[in-house]
Amino acid sequence: MTIAIIDYGMGNLHSVAKAIEHVSPDERVTITRDARAIKGASRVVLPGQGAIRDCMGELERTELTGLVKELLRDASKPLLGICVGQQMLMDKSEENGGVRCLGYMPGRVTRFDDTALDEQGQRLKVPHMGWNRVHQHHMHPLWEGILTGERFYFVHSYFVQAEDDAHAMGYIDYAGSRAHVATGRDAVFAVQFHPEKSADAGLRLLANFVAWSP
Amino acid sequence: MTLAKRIIPCLDVDRGRVVKGVNFLGIRDAGDPVEVARRYNEQNADEITFLDITASHEARGTTLDMVSRIAGEVFIPLTVGGGIRSCDNIRALLNAGADKVSINTAAVTDPDFVYEAAERFGSQCIVVAIDAKRVSEDDEPPRWEIFTHGGRKSTGLDAVEWSRRMVEYGAGELLVTSMDRDGTREGFDLGVTRAISDAVSVPVIASGGVGNLDHLVAGVKEGGADAVLAASIFHFGEYTIEQAKQYMADHGLEMRL
Repeated sequence: MTIAIIDYGMGNLHSVAKAIEHVSPDERVTITRDARAIKGASRVVLPGQGAIRDCMGELERTELTGLVKELLRDASKPLLGICVGQQMLMDKSEENGGVRCLGYMPGRVTRFDDTALDEQGQRLKVPHMGWNRVHQHHMHPLWEGILTGERFYFVHSYFVQAEDDAHAMGYIDYAGSRAHVATGRDAVFAVQFHPEKSADAGLRLLANFVAWSP
Repeated sequence: MTLAKRIIPCLDVDRGRVVKGVNFLGIRDAGDPVEVARRYNEQNADEITFLDITASHEARGTTLDMVSRIAGEVFIPLTVGGGIRSCDNIRALLNAGADKVSINTAAVTDPDFVYEAAERFGSQCIVVAIDAKRVSEDDEPPRWEIFTHGGRKSTGLDAVEWSRRMVEYGAGELLVTSMDRDGTREGFDLGVTRAISDAVSVPVIASGGVGNLDHLVAGVKEGGADAVLAASIFHFGEYTIEQAKQYMADHGLEMRL
């Protein structure tokens, strides 16, 4: 079984690969932009880091947009989106003056309000960086063995709001907004946090992904 | 508010070993970086910072190898700093498994480098180190300036203004070190930490001077820091990270326990 991490030039793919190798020593993990290798893999990871305009642009430039859309349409192989890889699955993002995304799930991507204050009157920092509690909104095989309210590691300024409640798998509340930090539909699960950097809880989620048969 | 305050143990690495000067008296060996990182991971550290203090060309390969070995078994964020001068340096470190890089001297000598690095790799992985030293007298309103070369060379730059500028250039986080306090164990310079934290929208890590657990609490409560960095109180077994986290939680701070 091969797990393909899509390499379109954006994101720290090595951390993701190392974490998946750690939880599933028997799988082959490959970092690739080769269409055949991605099609032939049994599972796919769509990472993403940095600005969404660059991520969408690089996906296009590496001629992988069509392939990713095809994978989403077929819904036959499990796909895990991480960070901007989650945001890209929505209709559009407000970042960079408005960017059209892959449109797999209806919803929008907006920026946290960096003028919001916490209860002590301290300014809430943006990027939202660090360990926050993720509340599970719907049951899902990827939550198996992970408690609701468990902390995961985040670093982002923009966040997803899914339009369809059925797609919202987990959320955080930050700076006056509810962010859907885990979304899912059919064979796709996508998270805003970094499971590869979220210690035991993150490794468990990755192990669940490797074991998932949707 | 559920975002936890972070504790970041810092590994100062010289030629492949964790070292720490104790009260300026010299260097004490604190072990193999991979071993030390593994221990902090087991103690529930929120993040690890690795500062390559040799930063010579010959040591580069050793550093990349070290980072790669740590990243292969420690699944929490890893920041690497020390002698980073080019986007090629950053690319190599990220490929080895670093999540963020800390830019120090190069930010002062070439601020555009910060802009370029943030554009290329995203602000989320660009930390700018702010080495500040108080330059005002006790009876004057406090003022801090940026120093380089381990606190020996003044740049004349106002630390708060400079911090704002670095965030405008794309820094995603600031590592604020008091050069007056570093190595003293007298506690953070809370004044500069607070002044910078209030001036910028990005997270601030307080660094320099931690001697006990109350200092960590003060860094967050009085200094307004989002994360606290310390080295020697953890390296030699005085406190575990878990003890420090529990202590901070007992003092009303949100922590990942």
